[in-house]
Amino acid sequence: MKILVTVKEVAAVDDEFELDGLAVDDRYVTYDLNEWDEYAVETAVQIREAGDDVEVVAVTIGDADAEETVRQVLAKGADRAIRVWDDALAEAGLLDPATKARVLAAVADDEDPDLVLTGVQSADDGFGATGVTLAERIGFEWAAVVCSLDLDREAGVAHVHRELEGGVEELTDVELPAVLTIQTGINEPRYASLRGIRQAQSKELAERSLSDLGLAAEDVASPLEQTDLYEPETGGDATVFEGSAEATAAELASALREKGVGQ
Amino acid sequence: MTVLAVAEHRRGELREVSLELLTVARQLADDIEGEVHAAVVGGPVKAYAERLNREGVDTVHTIAEGEEFNHDVYTQAVAQLTEAVDPAVLVMPNSVNGLDYAPAVAGRLDRPLVTDVVDLSYDDELTATRELYGSKVETTIDVHADRAAVTVRPAEWPAAEGTGDATVEAFEVDIDDAAVRSTVTGFEEVGGGDVDITDADVLVSVGRGIGEEENLDIVYDLAEALGATVSASRPLIDNGWLPKDRQVGQSGKVVTPDVYIAIGISGAVQHVAGMKGSDIIVAINDDPNAPIFDIADYGIVDDLFEVVPALTEQFE
Ligand SMILES: Cc1cc2nc3c(=O)[nH]c(=O)nc-3n(C[C@H](O)[C@H](O)[C@H](O)COP(=O)(O)OP(=O)(O)OC[C@H]3O[C@@H](n4cnc5c(N)ncnc54)[C@H](O)[C@@H]3O)c2cc1C
Repeated sequence: MKILVTVKEVAAVDDEFELDGLAVDDRYVTYDLNEWDEYAVETAVQIREAGDDVEVVAVTIGDADAEETVRQVLAKGADRAIRVWDDALAEAGLLDPATKARVLAAVADDEDPDLVLTGVQSADDGFGATGVTLAERIGFEWAAVVCSLDLDREAGVAHVHRELEGGVEELTDVELPAVLTIQTGINEPRYASLRGIRQAQSKELAERSLSDLGLAAEDVASPLEQTDLYEPETGGDATVFEGSAEATAAELASALREKGVGQ
Repeated sequence: MTVLAVAEHRRGELREVSLELLTVARQLADDIEGEVHAAVVGGPVKAYAERLNREGVDTVHTIAEGEEFNHDVYTQAVAQLTEAVDPAVLVMPNSVNGLDYAPAVAGRLDRPLVTDVVDLSYDDELTATRELYGSKVETTIDVHADRAAVTVRPAEWPAAEGTGDATVEAFEVDIDDAAVRSTVTGFEEVGGGDVDITDADVLVSVGRGIGEEENLDIVYDLAEALGATVSASRPLIDNGWLPKDRQVGQSGKVVTPDVYIAIGISGAVQHVAGMKGSDIIVAINDDPNAPIFDIADYGIVDDLFEVVPALTEQFE
């Protein structure tokens, strides 16, 4: 069985930052593996550890800087990885779910996986739609926001719980091959062991261009164009106390007492 | 031209977001001087259609297929209706179920999709506003296409009101059963604890800023001094530091205490969905740009490890 896990290096913005055109100035940005993808990777690695001949292949769309993040995924137990990038992608502008799904679908066509795992969303752009868009594109069945998975490989069915709003889970049976988008909390993602980190160095991390995948620059031209980026006006009118911790705590305490708290 | 909004329901109830979608649809339809169509798939569709017949709605399409949400059925049904109505914009909820079928419909119909939209306008083409980096930044997106699809963030628009004079029409879909490859087998409530956080008058709520499980002690101390109950944001529940039913938010509990003290919680939209109805919101966070301050009544921008013990002392 082959499991394809899509992973992404996401950007986190510092507490204080400046904008630079249609982006946050890079000085205020740090990059890391997307939180939701960590759980997807863990789900894949656990399936591999539980069964025979399971291969876990990680795929990312990202520039050379993303390699470090992908190595983390290899260190956590993925068998090999693919990184898709080229000039056309660098210039493509907004990589919306449809664009990403077109690229990932070409990888899926090459790899022919039985199961694709993605994170529910990425922490930076938060589209939350790449997994299901990909499923539709490659004709796989799918389930979004999966918080529990019981895979019956023999029957070719994934028994999943989908986490709905308000503390309710939906129990669904999904036919394989399928794309599942994985929610945080489904498991406990492992830290990479020293041994894992060493081994990751010798694992394959293949680089693919669009043309390697049979795609052209037109395939990543999105109809969505980002036209503006700004800091939202704070809708807030909070009373913010200033001073030492003792002083602010005292002011807050008296405000709360006025509301009858702690009496 | 029209705008088509697809309602959402669960276990016999039309969800509030359905009525919000009607407001969005009316707003867009005004921009294009078009009609508002609504649709509801599955369950007691006639009863739902009555509720969807609000002011400004022209037509409600009922599709009597199944009882509950099944994404394979929804994808087929909504795609077929969209082809028939041919709306300029197809509007769906950015809910968990919305995200389970909207991308499939958009993909099938080759319509560009913008998700989790917080503002919209239509002037020759659709312009959508969304948030990035956990609400720290907003971006506008122009959709260069004459047909688009969006999912709309819940609770951003008011629910449509009044009673309309919409035509209610049954729409017949042709469901390909072979393409229905998922089956919903039931529902389960999550539990795990012995405290009902929805009952508490004062909630001391703690987020990832607390860092380590051991550090929770300072939060319990504050709660004890205040006679309050401890709740948490999702990462702490995911880590197993607190039982699942202490989670506040979209997928956790919706709480409305007199006082909600958010400690080391950034105020992600899914968290805010569960606590914004609190009477008084207090935020303690060292990031002055954390979105939690947008909804707070009182704020302290400082290290929680300094502030929380000092606050406890005030009440001991
Ligand atoms: C489908 C879906 C459903 C979800 N449902 C929920 C839900 O029900 N409830 C929920 O909470 N989340 C939910 N989430 C997750 C949500 O998106 C956020 O990831 C989560 O709320 C973040 O929790 P947090 O604010 O504790 O952590 P973070 O966002 O990491 O914020 C931590 C905050 O602590 C501050 N901080 C750090 N150190 C200190 C210090 N020493 N002193 C003071 N402040 C400090 C930081 O500045 C930061 O603002 C859901 C996500 C999805 C996709």
